[in-house]
Amino acid sequence: MNGFPILSLMLAVPLVAALACLVVEAKLARTLALAATLINFALGVVLWAGFDVGGAQWQFQESKQLFAGFDWKLGIDGIALVLIELSVFLMPICILASHAIDKRVGEYMAAFLLMETLMIGVFAAQDLFLFYIMFEAGLIPMYLIIGVWGGANRIYASYKFFLYTLLGSVLMLIAMIWMAKEAGTTDIPTLMAYDFPADAQKWLWLAFFASFAVKMPMWPVHTWLPDAHVQAPTAGSVILAGVLLKMGGYGFIRFSLPMFPAASADFAWLVFALSMIAVVYTSLVALVQDDMKKLIAYSSVAHMAIVTAGMFAFNTQGLEGSIIVMLSHGLVSAALFLCVGVIYDRLHTREINRYGGLSINMPKYALFFMLFTMASVGLPGTSGFVGEFLSLAGAYQASSWLAFVTGTGVILGACYMLYLYRRIAFGEQKNADAAAMPDLNLREWVMLAPIAAAVLWMGIYPESFLAPIRSDVRFIEARLAETRPPGDAMLTIDQGKITTIDVQQQGAH
Amino acid sequence: MDWAQSLRIVAPEELLSLVGIILLVISAWGQGPKDARGITWVAVLALFIAAVMTAPALFNGVSGPAALAFGGLFSGDAFAAFTKLLIYISAGAALLVAPAFFERYGAYRSEYPVLVLFAVLGMGIMVSATNLLTLYVGLELNSLSAYVLAAFLKPDERSAEAGLKYFVLGALASGILLFGMSLTYGFTGTINFAGISAALQGGVTTGALFGITFVLAGLAFKISAVPFHMWTPDVYEGAPTPVTTLFASAPKVAALALTMRVALEAFGSQVEMWRPIVIVAALASVLVGALGAIGQSNIKRLLAYSSINNVGFMLLGLAAATREGASATLVYLAIYVPMTIGGFVAVLMLKDKDGRHLEGISDLAGLSRHRPMLALGLGSIMFSMAGIPFLFGFWGKFVVFQAAVGAGLVWVAAVAAVGSVIGAFYYLKIVKVMYFDEPAGTVQGKSDMVHEWLLAACAVFVSPLGYLATKALAAFAMTAAMVLFPPV
Repeated sequence: MNGFPILSLMLAVPLVAALACLVVEAKLARTLALAATLINFALGVVLWAGFDVGGAQWQFQESKQLFAGFDWKLGIDGIALVLIELSVFLMPICILASHAIDKRVGEYMAAFLLMETLMIGVFAAQDLFLFYIMFEAGLIPMYLIIGVWGGANRIYASYKFFLYTLLGSVLMLIAMIWMAKEAGTTDIPTLMAYDFPADAQKWLWLAFFASFAVKMPMWPVHTWLPDAHVQAPTAGSVILAGVLLKMGGYGFIRFSLPMFPAASADFAWLVFALSMIAVVYTSLVALVQDDMKKLIAYSSVAHMAIVTAGMFAFNTQGLEGSIIVMLSHGLVSAALFLCVGVIYDRLHTREINRYGGLSINMPKYALFFMLFTMASVGLPGTSGFVGEFLSLAGAYQASSWLAFVTGTGVILGACYMLYLYRRIAFGEQKNADAAAMPDLNLREWVMLAPIAAAVLWMGIYPESFLAPIRSDVRFIEARLAETRPPGDAMLTIDQGKITTIDVQQQGAH
Repeated sequence: MDWAQSLRIVAPEELLSLVGIILLVISAWGQGPKDARGITWVAVLALFIAAVMTAPALFNGVSGPAALAFGGLFSGDAFAAFTKLLIYISAGAALLVAPAFFERYGAYRSEYPVLVLFAVLGMGIMVSATNLLTLYVGLELNSLSAYVLAAFLKPDERSAEAGLKYFVLGALASGILLFGMSLTYGFTGTINFAGISAALQGGVTTGALFGITFVLAGLAFKISAVPFHMWTPDVYEGAPTPVTTLFASAPKVAALALTMRVALEAFGSQVEMWRPIVIVAALASVLVGALGAIGQSNIKRLLAYSSINNVGFMLLGLAAATREGASATLVYLAIYVPMTIGGFVAVLMLKDKDGRHLEGISDLAGLSRHRPMLALGLGSIMFSMAGIPFLFGFWGKFVVFQAAVGAGLVWVAAVAAVGSVIGAFYYLKIVKVMYFDEPAGTVQGKSDMVHEWLLAACAVFVSPLGYLATKALAAFAMTAAMVLFPPV
């Protein structure tokens, strides 16, 4: 893999296919999109295979001075690697899930493929402004996906999505410009080791926070998410929940924490407070939803709050846990939206009460749905458990109250997810049309089975995903070491570390 | 300073005035409307040759005394060359799109290309002016041609109204400018930019401050910066679309370049005196342009507010008052010109089945279904104007913000950035109407091939491919901007 620009290739494949999709007819566009995403998935496998775990921090680096003011500079560390894998894994599934789309197929596929390019670009960019361009440009295809192929109230949702996220981001742009001026470079790895003046860090942190908090989304700026999810087509929801929300978390890990460690420590209370409110509030809101997609959307906000809580705990467990929650949530919520999509395609309603007793006529579906429900709840053996456990263990070291309140999120999560599952899969078959729905067909099976496998893999052997990110988490932890708050958990035998659950030791075997 | 050298420096202007006069004579004695197309082509050719004659000054980075002609009245430096090239391109586009439009109404006349040539000549003099007198001559030559052009579509009373409005308000602005110039002269004793700068070195008297304020106010009218923007929507809407294409591009470039020259060369020693004025005008333009556009239902009015909004960002670069700021404004202009031309060309392509031109935003409904390429072109221009990255319009905003932050105007940049989000709302509205709404089916007419090619060229420029031009653009803009500052 030495010198071969595999990351550029991964960006180019969907882009070229996107342009081609604009001019070819519908049927060919579907095939083309599927082929391109599968090629990218294959490249993703090659990328993972070629990634030297424990090797250099930045790998597959490319650099070309093509532009004034910023460079075409790509490269990945372990965190970027796992998120890129998540993106390329979900994309072919999204294309398969778009079977029900019958209007303007070429444009639809083009928008999705463009989205894939930009998502990979966000995770692979090593130049500050290249990152920003990729980060912001994603708004255009998503705006079109929601607005053109969305539900009844799609226009309101698309506007809200666009303007909310744009407003957050422009302030980040100003902060980035200031940083580039101050540090004299736009190279992200260099900036990650640069010490900005303490008083400036505060403003910079807040500007970045404005962008990432909206993207994440954190309470109280989460309100765009349920609207966007409900109105977006199934595949749009999958990509939104699966990958786009992870950009916020990735931003915190890549920028806020290592670049502004002092400000991160100063504002940790803010993040904790918002996370605690979010976990409890959005879980309760999820409990009373009648709309399946809205319920899952609110559950996303609650899960993301666990991510932020773990991240700002400033310790190994918290950071590793938050990344695993992001990956796990990327798979699980994507799968849940697909499950909703499966029955929505049959009955064209998202209202929970219109279903019931699906385990009788759709047993395979019920099985998959159960697995993902359990993973969302955090049942041991599924990916959800690993991430939530690590995050909460990390959070506990920072603040026992934080761990207590966010811990209730797991309980409330069980409430609303099991309640949802009961109403849809169990009980009487009270609606004749719902009772007449056929079980999963081959296409749907092919969509759900890989995600189920990945969820179990991550739940049973998380080391595969923890190993690549370990050294990067170490690096961030080292950046944060000086500013780490003491914590109140009274476990400080070994400087605040709970040695018994240090995952690194597990992984060494 | 011999005559031969002076004449060499003003060669593009000589060419344009000669061609203009000859074409005027031909159109007076010729066969009237029949010659109009031919005359248009000759005018485009003349602009092209003038551009070729201008380019070396930019490539060689000519500046200082070597560029001065006629004893310091006129400067053929790299800055003038950069902006002249933009002006020639805009005027060329405005000429190319005109015949197809006017012929639909049987109103194409060979005076159109002649007037455009004279307007361009005036603009060329404006950007080369190093003296208040030259400045005024150039400005008036441009303005008088423009008043007539605004009223060019005789059958349409809106066009006559636009011409009259433009004339009355333009004359007022010229008066204000002239008053400011006389105050400046009175309190500094010179009309030469370098002389004014030297005279203000020691400090500003109240009278000179009044002079600066009035001069800037007069120029703000010409670039339609808030609070002197009121004429813009009316004139842009009323003037025939090819003329609006010209108004939104070339005179903007010329007037803005002139403002930069006056602010940085003549008043360059007193930056702190005028910076607050420019900052207020910039932010007010960004916000008023963004908010004003929201309620519009006519796309030309909307684009007029959009141009006010854009001028705000350009002034932001000027407010930085640094080399980077000046070059950022030039980069912004270079991106803005093709973007806005593309926007108006797309408007020109909206025709109903009888070939009448449509201007309502509601007529765009569902355009992406039956005219996908037109919708794609206009859509990318709209996203680009909104400054959404990976389209090229973002780059202009980016360099301007960079310059403002570099000059310590972080908060100003932040407010402008928020203003750009408000602006994004109405650009999105156009995309929404084209892509999300059910087709209205009113846009049916066939487009002229010239229009299609122009739109395609503009769309390619604002597409991510434009970024490949950033290096060259930055280098040229920097060369041009260096001219305005004393050598270090």
